[in-house]
Amino acid sequence: MARKVIVVYPERCTGCRLCEVVCSMYRHGYISPDRAGITIVDFTTHYVPIVCMHCESPPCMEVCPANAIYRDAKTGAVVINRDLCLGCRSCMMACPFGAITWSDRDGKVVKCDLCNGDPQCVKVCTRGALQYVPLDRAFLEKRVEAAKKLGELLKKYVMPSR
Amino acid sequence: MLRFRMAFIDLSSGKVSVREVPRSWIKSFLGGRGIGSFLLYNLTGPETDPLSPDNVLIVSTGLLAGIPTASGRGQLTGKSPLTGLLGSANFGGHFAPELRFAGFDHLIVKGKAEKPVYIYVEDGTIEIRDASHLWGMDAIETQRAIKEDLGDYRVQSLVIGQAGENLVRFACVKAGVKSAGGRTGMGCLMGSKKLKAIVARGTMEIEPYDPEKLYELCMTLNENIRKTRFFKVMQAYGTMHIFSYTNTAGLVRAKNFQLNQMYPSDKIEAEAIAEYSIGHQGCYGCIIQCRHRYVVEVGGELIYDEGPEYTSQGAWGSMPYINDTKTILICNHLVNKYGLDTLETGNMIAWAIEIFEKGLIDESTTGGMKLRWGDPEVVVELIRKIAFREGFGDILAEGPRGAVEKLGPETKYYMMEIKGMSHLQTDDRAIPSFALGIAVATRGCDHLRSRPAIDLYGLPRDFLEKLFGGPVSSDYRSYEGKARMIWYMEREYAVVDSLGICKFYSHFLTPHGFYRDTFRPYKDFSDLIYYLTGIRIGESELELCGERIYTLERMYLVREGISRKDDYLPERWYKEPTPAGLPIARGRKIEREKFDEMLDQYYDLHGWDGNGVPKQETLEKLGLTEEGIKSLYEEAKAHG
Repeated sequence: MARKVIVVYPERCTGCRLCEVVCSMYRHGYISPDRAGITIVDFTTHYVPIVCMHCESPPCMEVCPANAIYRDAKTGAVVINRDLCLGCRSCMMACPFGAITWSDRDGKVVKCDLCNGDPQCVKVCTRGALQYVPLDRAFLEKRVEAAKKLGELLKKYVMPSR
Repeated sequence: MLRFRMAFIDLSSGKVSVREVPRSWIKSFLGGRGIGSFLLYNLTGPETDPLSPDNVLIVSTGLLAGIPTASGRGQLTGKSPLTGLLGSANFGGHFAPELRFAGFDHLIVKGKAEKPVYIYVEDGTIEIRDASHLWGMDAIETQRAIKEDLGDYRVQSLVIGQAGENLVRFACVKAGVKSAGGRTGMGCLMGSKKLKAIVARGTMEIEPYDPEKLYELCMTLNENIRKTRFFKVMQAYGTMHIFSYTNTAGLVRAKNFQLNQMYPSDKIEAEAIAEYSIGHQGCYGCIIQCRHRYVVEVGGELIYDEGPEYTSQGAWGSMPYINDTKTILICNHLVNKYGLDTLETGNMIAWAIEIFEKGLIDESTTGGMKLRWGDPEVVVELIRKIAFREGFGDILAEGPRGAVEKLGPETKYYMMEIKGMSHLQTDDRAIPSFALGIAVATRGCDHLRSRPAIDLYGLPRDFLEKLFGGPVSSDYRSYEGKARMIWYMEREYAVVDSLGICKFYSHFLTPHGFYRDTFRPYKDFSDLIYYLTGIRIGESELELCGERIYTLERMYLVREGISRKDDYLPERWYKEPTPAGLPIARGRKIEREKFDEMLDQYYDLHGWDGNGVPKQETLEKLGLTEEGIKSLYEEAKAHG
């Protein structure tokens, strides 16, 4: 099976921030949504979750002067070795999504590591705004939704006699 | 170890002093509503004029604020400008945890600013800032403006709209587009202090005492809820789902209080708003996320808003007798924007229409407006007039008692209020438990102090007896054991409100679900408190906390002159039988003698005397004697 990734359906997000809360608790043992590996950006009328995309060519990995960022062999996640992290924030600068956050407590960066293959944020996202699926099935739901609509049109215009 | 701090803010002098919350306060009153009521008891009294600078506005987080089990509920406490009694309003959203992340658990605001101000709280600091540029803005604009001014999308604000500025007695405080500390006029209190907003932004960490166990338990409890059908319904429809059932049975108010059912009602049922819905909204750390988000077109303009709830279906649907989805959505938007209590506003308007219909007032009073049932324009116009205190709206803005005083004693019979606060849109003449609950509630006519919605489900008698610990009838029309039910729920909700947890994470609408053992609700709370704070409050102690909080609130009322005489329903409930509904709910009214018996049982369970005054032995048991309260309050000083 292909490696799994987190896919985001922002239109389903309700802004409850349960993902931020459980992420910080699971990761750090304290509660601090600002130091989570996932962030919900609240635009009042809609919400957009920002989380590491675990890019195929991760800019963060390329710019890290300490070579602290690597790809986990088991999960395929782009992970930070926090022992090596210098706290220079280059990765924060390089990430096109702003998905890397900062912890004042140890002066190092924080990013999603897919909880070693069991992402907690996905577990609590009951609306399905976050899903953990094999890469080759990413956004399959969207494809199916679009296909459903096309199917309706087909029924209406192309095969009216049936 | 978690530390709890409170700040005393004087808007007259600009002084701020910070103190630690004594552990003994937490052990006695937990947090949120409990500590709020305790502070209010000590800081105000019968001599306090609600609109004077002497009154206080207390903003509190719940004891469990921040944890991932719907712990976003905050609390506002003050002497109510609406009732002149206990003012107490609980709100959802994201404000309360943000306040804790900003380093504070209680803000006690007194005095009065000379010009409009807002309070800014960030990471342990408090500033009083100019809010002249925000004054006059509606509640939604104000929140947007604050976010833009500060350039931070994560700030959370408690704000008032125009209704609060204009001192409408039932103005609310908004904590989001929809979230509101709705009842008892806390927005009016804020407006009287020229306080436009309280803004919080916090990046401080909450350090649990036992993070692993806390995490595990939170996940278990969330999963428990997730498994129920209640969860599925709430996720899809929110509290709006209740309406179809209660309306069919004949348990809602229609045409003020003339009918207990509306027909047709298809356009105000939960399914009707699907076409306007753009998804849902969730409060902090909640797995249910019951609130609707919608877009509605008004005069060519697209308006975004959140809600509506069960209450709005009644306030803008069945009570003014309007079967129209758009009216509900628009009225919901208006009250959100102006910062009005939906429920109070809806009741005032329905009352006005009925007394107009009965000929007790005419166009000379309403400024030429013809008030009639089923007319959306009347309702929309009255909401605006109330918010800006224009013409007839100025009279309605005075709230139930003020308006009756102005329009004459003959209008009183039609006003559904208890202790100066309006009744929501349910008709409880067939349900003695609900009726008792609103009659004795400590903030006036209020269902959220005790409503045992599970009474409607006809649960097996043995289940009810095990849960409530005594004989309780399964029939919601019965009076048997219903005093016990109310007494039980009052204490549970007092604890839930003080912990800052949503009532949907309790026995409110579902007999099972959240708790690991539904017969031991305090076990989970006790463990959550311990894992978060390291303070062990046992199950029976916690139950006693609920009793203590409730009795202290009662003492506040007693000090203001409230007694048994004030614990009765509006006359109409005893006189007029329900005309509609299913046979089970038709022809029902409250029987005064049986209600009196219920009151006796209820006082007895609380340890209050026949007049509804807490007995000396009860006060001693709860540590609420005069000396007890005084020495407990003094402990804050020792903590400097």
